[in-house]
Amino acid sequence: MTIAAESLETSSPSFDKERPTIAFGTARDYYELLKPRVMQLVIFTALVGMLTSPEPINPILGFASLLAIAVGAGASGCLNMWYDASIDALMDRTSKRPIPAGAVKPGEALAFGMTLSIGSVLFLGLIANWQSAAFLAFTIFFYVVIYTMWLKHWTTQNIVIGGAAGAFPPMIGYMAVTGSVSLESFLYFLLIFVWTPPHFWALALVKSKEYARAGVPMLPVIAGPDATRLQILIYSIALIPVGMAPALISHAGLLYLVVATGFGVVLAYYAFDLYRKREGDEARKAAFRLFGTSILYLFALFGARLIEQLLPLLPWSLMK
Amino acid sequence: MSVYPQPPELTQEELQRRNARSRALGLFLGALVILFFIVTIAKLGGNVMNRPI
Repeated sequence: MTIAAESLETSSPSFDKERPTIAFGTARDYYELLKPRVMQLVIFTALVGMLTSPEPINPILGFASLLAIAVGAGASGCLNMWYDASIDALMDRTSKRPIPAGAVKPGEALAFGMTLSIGSVLFLGLIANWQSAAFLAFTIFFYVVIYTMWLKHWTTQNIVIGGAAGAFPPMIGYMAVTGSVSLESFLYFLLIFVWTPPHFWALALVKSKEYARAGVPMLPVIAGPDATRLQILIYSIALIPVGMAPALISHAGLLYLVVATGFGVVLAYYAFDLYRKREGDEARKAAFRLFGTSILYLFALFGARLIEQLLPLLPWSLMK
Repeated sequence: MSVYPQPPELTQEELQRRNARSRALGLFLGALVILFFIVTIAKLGGNVMNRPI
């Protein structure tokens, strides 16, 4: 019996074992399959990648390209949920996802994810260029096959290497406009790549028992919380120069540099705080604080870069 | 009597969910048609009017 059918028995009052299972999913369940919060990050970072290109963008084609990238990212999230439904069911954080909750059957999620994956890649190829479409296809493959099916269940470095999939969107966005990649878009890839471990491990520290129960070899489960705290601190300190790099060796401006430096120092401070507080409620709060600050960090840096790119386009700027 | 298996009779809740899903699917497909049309016009640009009559 599938996970979905098992959980339907418990979660849905109208489920009857004797009759064929039918889909209970609403549009919202399918939307949840796309990991909307991850999609927000993808849209935001891909948009910055697009706007940093020196070439003009047709707003309609730019919007459509961004949509294709976002849907491609959502599709990979959907395929991730399809593959990991059995372990999602074992963890409180993920047990309410549509498949373990019984709202969407695994086969439906697989079909939904594959359709959106192929559709988004073809759409991006037709409206932008086939280089960016191939890059999007590779990103989906990397996230679903390399990360979800292999790394996640095999190594403590799962989210370090797998983090590359979440870091590609600025490069895809840039490539959708120009057909190539730039140093700046690569630096944004590097920024998200280095940002992912402290972000994810802060959460994994708090949820390590759940990961252990699900058999996922997250760093806190295998190496222990203290080793994880040290790794978080090292990555957070490394993130300061990596965050500043787009301003120091590429085209980001002063606003970006100030925001990257300020938020980089704050993030490293919270990582140090987490390193010091190892027991009880204080340690838990420190982990959540770092997790929340890391999200704010990324939005602040990309937001600053977005403002820098958009300011010259405002009407009063054009009048000068 | 039909030799084919009969579909299950749906409860009120199941019917509502199915209808809501069908409406959402219809809206999604409609949005896709509009998106494809707009993108096609944007891709063609001025050439959209350039055809022999």
